[in-house]
Amino acid sequence: MNNYENEWREFQGNAWKESIDVAKFIEENYTEYVGNDSFLAGPTDKTKKVWGICEDLLKKELENGILDVETKRVSGINNFEPGYIDKENEVIVGLQTDAPLKRIVNPYGGMRMVEQALYSYHYELDEEVKKHFNTYRRTHNDGVFSAYTTDIKKARHVGLLTGLPDAYGRGRIIGDYRRIALYGIDYLVEKKKEDLIALEAKEINEYVIRLREEVSMQIGALNEIKEMAATYGFDISKPANNAYEAVQWTYFGYLAAIKENNGAAMSLGRTSTFLDIYIERDMKEGTLTEEQAQEIIDQFIIKLRIARHLRTPEYNDLFAGDPTWVTESIGGMLENGNSLVTKNSFRYLHTLINLSSAPEPNMTILWSDKLPENFKKYCAKISILTDSIQYENDEEMRPIHGSDYAIACCVSAMTVGKQMQFFGARCNLAKALLYSINGGEDEVKGGLIVEGFDKMTDEVLDYDKVMTVYDKMLDKVAKTYVDAMNIIHYMHDKYAYEAGQLALHDTDPEKLMAFGIAGFSVAVDSLSAIKYAKVKPIRNEEGIAIDFEVEGDFPKYGNDDDRVDSIGVELAQKFYNKLASHPLYKGARATLSILTITSNVVYGKKTGSTPDGRKAGEPFAPGANPMHGRDANGAIASLNSVAKICYKDCCEDGISNTFSIIPSALGHSEEEQINNLVNLMDGYFTRGSQHLNVNVLNRETLIDAMENPDKYPNLTIRVSGYAVRFNRLSKEQQQEVINRTFHGTI
Amino acid sequence: MKGYIDSIETMGLVDGPGIRMVVFTRGCKLRCLYCHNPETWNQIGATVVTSDEIQEKANRNKSYYKNGGVTFSGGEPLLQPDFLIDCLKKLKKIGIHTALDTAGVGIGKYEEILEYTDLVILDIKATNEEDYQLVTNHTMEEFLKFTKVIKERKVPVWIRQVIVPGLNDTREKILELKEYIKQFPVVEKVELLPYHLYGVEKYKKLNILYPLEGVPAMDNEKIDELTALLES
Repeated sequence: MNNYENEWREFQGNAWKESIDVAKFIEENYTEYVGNDSFLAGPTDKTKKVWGICEDLLKKELENGILDVETKRVSGINNFEPGYIDKENEVIVGLQTDAPLKRIVNPYGGMRMVEQALYSYHYELDEEVKKHFNTYRRTHNDGVFSAYTTDIKKARHVGLLTGLPDAYGRGRIIGDYRRIALYGIDYLVEKKKEDLIALEAKEINEYVIRLREEVSMQIGALNEIKEMAATYGFDISKPANNAYEAVQWTYFGYLAAIKENNGAAMSLGRTSTFLDIYIERDMKEGTLTEEQAQEIIDQFIIKLRIARHLRTPEYNDLFAGDPTWVTESIGGMLENGNSLVTKNSFRYLHTLINLSSAPEPNMTILWSDKLPENFKKYCAKISILTDSIQYENDEEMRPIHGSDYAIACCVSAMTVGKQMQFFGARCNLAKALLYSINGGEDEVKGGLIVEGFDKMTDEVLDYDKVMTVYDKMLDKVAKTYVDAMNIIHYMHDKYAYEAGQLALHDTDPEKLMAFGIAGFSVAVDSLSAIKYAKVKPIRNEEGIAIDFEVEGDFPKYGNDDDRVDSIGVELAQKFYNKLASHPLYKGARATLSILTITSNVVYGKKTGSTPDGRKAGEPFAPGANPMHGRDANGAIASLNSVAKICYKDCCEDGISNTFSIIPSALGHSEEEQINNLVNLMDGYFTRGSQHLNVNVLNRETLIDAMENPDKYPNLTIRVSGYAVRFNRLSKEQQQEVINRTFHGTI
Repeated sequence: MKGYIDSIETMGLVDGPGIRMVVFTRGCKLRCLYCHNPETWNQIGATVVTSDEIQEKANRNKSYYKNGGVTFSGGEPLLQPDFLIDCLKKLKKIGIHTALDTAGVGIGKYEEILEYTDLVILDIKATNEEDYQLVTNHTMEEFLKFTKVIKERKVPVWIRQVIVPGLNDTREKILELKEYIKQFPVVEKVELLPYHLYGVEKYKKLNILYPLEGVPAMDNEKIDELTALLES
């Protein structure tokens, strides 16, 4: 065992020294903070200078779509020369390429995506690179499409399954970047070598062969991270010696991840309390002031704000605003009843004041009613001021993942370094319901998509009959969905393995296969309409229901009405059970999310009229939100409906809910507003819900921002699981956000 | 016990302390010039609820309330005294804070109502008979009966008044109000509410002539000024 006496000075405990255990290290060494925000410091001159340059660059980027792309080299941990924003004033260094906001080409996911993206921004890929990937190397995308079944291709074509990571990086993997700071690269390599040897004792079957190859790649990646850091003048073979190094080492880990991969969501993990231990030690030793500590954090956050990936315009239609989901999880509790809130939890949130509001990093508060009151109030205050943070229920997630988990993307929890996810986009359950009525034919594009069903010819739809057919339809859809996911992740491992990120995991971590639902509230309200009102399909010549006539009223999801909410609870559970009944790649465990991000607009566009009264092409509600305008009993009734959907053993990949309220309805004074928001969150989360996005703003502000984008360059809003700059949404998406329910509107 | 209501807002944050369920009852004898809820004047087409349902809903949402609770607003909740008393009793039984948002013009049973009321949000339309009739088209008599009981029972009150340009937005009127509220033993809060135009559309829909046609919305800065005067 290595004992880094100098680097580990003052640190308590031994178990974390013998084997890699960051969680244990945190528990034994962190200092809980229960005070208020009065200790916080403003931005330093250096920070202001660096951020000033970035703001100018960001403005240029927004005008042009992208600022620049490197077309001669491809993605890789150490494939680029070091880059700087303003070397003299940068406290934390490291860029994805040799210049800020210059994007990377990642052909391992697929050449088509790269070429489309470059074409739409008027760039061309270097001939050598093109030749290499077109002639000598297969990509993830090539692999997937060689193996896709006929059913999968059809389901994809019509938008029954959409957003699958079959042409780009799957993302949603969180490396435990803290390990580099705590242990240094050499220790990590040594441990991986031990694991590799331990795998020799096993029977050498396909699983072990693959794992041994992966661990070998991981060791290679660790050495590359070390070399990459060296180009910036740092030797990270040993653990970090102080707070400044701890942040820099951690960032090098994350930087390696975003140099190597372009996953949809490249999340950071849970770093604030870990880093606070170093800050506290330095402060005790008298080598760091509060102003310097904030400077280090501000500059770290600047780097996270300018992480970029090369996307196509079609991708932006699905996930608007160029999101990277640098999600950082803050707060949460330990099993012993103490919170994991530290001064550094405040410092991270305070960057939204020092550097003004911004969508990234995606700050996520792990909420418990037992968090220190001062911290809760500070979070509420920042929400009201910036609309930039989201909340997730620690009391629901901790029992499943332990106290050192983090959120990937929007709502996906995983234990840091011990679990990984196979991301799987989502399945359109509203469309699947229409298929049950239309004999498996697509109501928009036509053609038989799911075989083995008859068209219903009933004048009035019968609930029991519809449910029986829908159940069988979901069996088929689940099978197709699972097949797609198994193929995608097999090929992703084969052609675009994230060696750098997985090197910062335990060898052979637990795998979660994350399925998803779109069109949840539309499907639920449609079923309620069929059950409680009279729904008559209006059919075209081919016998396809192209619209529905609804006679009478029916209970609608979002009013805390068990008659309809129970339909939703059962639908989610049923679909999950069907998915979980199939064997999954690498022995993964199935999880399910109700999350659409901004894809609810595109899903709606691809789906015909539904029995709930929604017309063809109209957007779905985002995530698990009730359809706007249908929640008629106020916000709490709406929140309660969502809170009924089971997290444990059903939607363990998250249930996204976005909540908007106008400031004057939240309370008259700032203090009232803060207290009300805290009470609202306490109330909502003690009901077993999982997630809440909070926006405190006026609809008029958004309408004005739509017409006069220049007036609101920093206007940030929470959409479904992430925040976005309002002026980066398409007009269609902006309109959809404006149409959503704003609680408190008179 | 049945009651006639317009709607229930499960998350009211400005009608009493904390997070509250607000029950908007139907029926009101006043016809205030600036009323922005004309749909609550009568009980035709009202939704019928029982006091048990109110209790059940409040109990369900208890986890949100903390210092909050349930507020009866309207319309005028005092016009359904038996329903109101039944609801208030049932809410107190399960430990929920109760508030009445009222103009103080009911049909009696004030003693019993206020026995189960933790807070009265009292809308003082005017402080003398002449002004009162001008604003409400009703005499002040019933209001005085109700406030007498508030004073006797020392019920905590939040005082409210809607401030309309040209009607009561002068220093004199505010000083009169300041003097008037001294008679209440427990005043926890005084709020001047700026007159707004959100009601105009509703009148159009209901085909009722809008009494304040042409009067602009109240300026917020002026409200702050008058509030400062009131609190000085």
